[in-house]
Amino acid sequence: MSQDSAAQEPKVGLFVTCLVDLFRPSVGFAAVKLLEDAGCRVEVPRAQTCCGQPAYNSGDRRDAAAIARQTIAAFEGFDHVVAPSGSCAAMIKEHYPALLKDDPDWQGRAERLSARVHELVSFLADVLKVDSVAAAFPARATYHDSCSGLRELKIRAQPRRLLASVEGLELAELPEGEACCGFGGTFCVKYPEISNEMVSAKVANIESTEAELLLAGDLGCLMNMSGKLKRNGSKVQARHVAEVLAGDRDTPAIGEGREG
Amino acid sequence: MQSTSHAFPDNARAAVKNPQLKKALNHVKAGFIDKRAKAAAKLPEFEDLRDAARDIKNHTLAHLDLYLEAYEARITEQGGHVHWCGTAAEARDKILEICRAAGAKTVTKGKSMIAEEIALNDHLEANGIEPIETDLGEYIIQLRKEPPSHIIAPAVHLTKDQIEADFRDHHDHLPAERNLEEPAALVAEARGILRERYVQADVGITGANFLIAENGASVIVTNEGNGDLTQTLPKVHIVVASLEKVVPTLEDVSVILRVLARSATGQEFSSYTTFSTGPRRAGDLDGPEEYHVVLLDNGRSGMLGTEYQDALRCIRCGACMNHCPVYHAIGGHAYGWVYPGPIGAVLTPSLIGVEEAGHLPNASSFCGRCEAVCPMRIPLPKMMRHWREREFERHLTPLPLRAGLGVWAFFARRPALYHLFAGLKTRALGALGRRRGRFRKLPLAGGWTAHRDLPAPQGPTFQQLWAERKRDGQGRPAASA
Repeated sequence: MSQDSAAQEPKVGLFVTCLVDLFRPSVGFAAVKLLEDAGCRVEVPRAQTCCGQPAYNSGDRRDAAAIARQTIAAFEGFDHVVAPSGSCAAMIKEHYPALLKDDPDWQGRAERLSARVHELVSFLADVLKVDSVAAAFPARATYHDSCSGLRELKIRAQPRRLLASVEGLELAELPEGEACCGFGGTFCVKYPEISNEMVSAKVANIESTEAELLLAGDLGCLMNMSGKLKRNGSKVQARHVAEVLAGDRDTPAIGEGREG
Repeated sequence: MQSTSHAFPDNARAAVKNPQLKKALNHVKAGFIDKRAKAAAKLPEFEDLRDAARDIKNHTLAHLDLYLEAYEARITEQGGHVHWCGTAAEARDKILEICRAAGAKTVTKGKSMIAEEIALNDHLEANGIEPIETDLGEYIIQLRKEPPSHIIAPAVHLTKDQIEADFRDHHDHLPAERNLEEPAALVAEARGILRERYVQADVGITGANFLIAENGASVIVTNEGNGDLTQTLPKVHIVVASLEKVVPTLEDVSVILRVLARSATGQEFSSYTTFSTGPRRAGDLDGPEEYHVVLLDNGRSGMLGTEYQDALRCIRCGACMNHCPVYHAIGGHAYGWVYPGPIGAVLTPSLIGVEEAGHLPNASSFCGRCEAVCPMRIPLPKMMRHWREREFERHLTPLPLRAGLGVWAFFARRPALYHLFAGLKTRALGALGRRRGRFRKLPLAGGWTAHRDLPAPQGPTFQQLWAERKRDGQGRPAASA
């Protein structure tokens, strides 16, 4: 590749998200593949940890702001910052500016990052104008719209459009598609009985589609739903949408062992 | 009303185990959501109307003193009386005083959440006056001696079979073999009983959806017409309302009415929208001889100028709870006070204290659906988060959560240490869980594994694998790809 085209390649910082980093690196590598296939140069700053939502949503503004400043500093100098999660992307995009609005040194930096941060699938579809992927995944699937992506970032059509280009994938719409799965970060362990009611309703809807594959764009929701599906003895497999778009059929589904 | 909000976790646990409640709550999900969506979709200017409605209330709240005084002046000119009450106790005492002056034995009541808030029925009963609820849902829960579980559908936690059983119990003067299979038969029976009571009542008490500053009108919206009979037939009419119900003009009310019923029940308009402006004038065919407005503050003025002021825009349509997955799971009683659902999670700590109601703003997954449907665009999740911040500052956050957060934040703020420990931990967990791919039980993860499996980490962290890939030269440097 010539120097010229290298200069035109968008330089993308990958915000891995703590859950992908800790539980499912394959989602991160799928994101890297999709971004590189679309012509991006991807880097992964080492100074990132978590977006800070556990602190922010628990009322711990001081730690949340410290983590926000650390994340902002880590991701300066990129054309775009991309996260394989609507929830973490919305935290950076919508809530960092609010969190740092009274901090004159950081308010502008928060807003500049906010303008450059995207959820992965909407970045591919809306910014890079990707309208199809070269992947095959023969399965009947259903897609769960995670709340932050759906309502804060207006992500709904983009994953469906890209999934429609996956060879062999058939998409069945999930009834009560706008309902939360009951994850909600610390909510699911603070109020486990309520969360359980919510995820029970969600998996009943998933089963009703007769899909064999559950997709979503947020690993937290996926771990919650797949954990419940497994506990119920369901055969439905759960994967992050990025893995399917990247054509990764080798990695075991979420909560599946090497021995199935 | 006595609060049980402090016992929210126990209330919620009991609620999820109640099969009758679960059956009843399915109607909330099935009914309200689709109807609202259809009503909103049919009106092209619906989203613009939400903006306009929000702006009207914001303007009013910014000049609340002005509009309340204008409202009072109109009422006084029209021969009515406005009673300013700072607390629930002052309001119920004032109402009792008016009832006693009228020599009242029975009072009929239209639906009023403020009457619930000040526990009016108990107070009247304790003082020898019989209150009779005339809204069907309120009538049912009065028979059962229960508080409402929803702000527009007070008996939504009950199934038809439960209501039939209550009617057979309480209406024992009616033939036992009568057929009450159809909901219409239940409505007809309640109606027959209530008809007699309307004419016996000495005082009629209604709430108010709006108080209009320009002409002193109070407005109620109902579907049963019970409010009209309650306020027209007795010789004394008492309106009980909280002070944020005021709006400047009739024109403003007509804007907000266009989003109210659509958001609440999916109707374009409620069956009855009734305006009352004072006592009967010379030449009027009907109407009360006396007209009183009991205007309640009860903590609301303390919300002005705070991050909770926007909650005073609420028009009590119930859309937030109709769309709330937590409400769907546990119903309204578990919240423990008058206002359930997302608006209750914001209002309750404001009105009765965060020490008592601290659980409510925490019991949300922040799914944001309430804000998405709120006709007044109240940022409910943001306000719940503010309450969590107040609790955290005051060390009201439960200790295990606070301690866990502290450890997590220590590492999250130190990337090098974070990656070191994350790498060690996920490798160990990954090795433990690799065969099955998930855990059924794990120390310190009981909140999760009580109800679901925990997917095991794949092994090394992404950062470790990424570093390896870079080191091995597989990290495709894009410039040479």
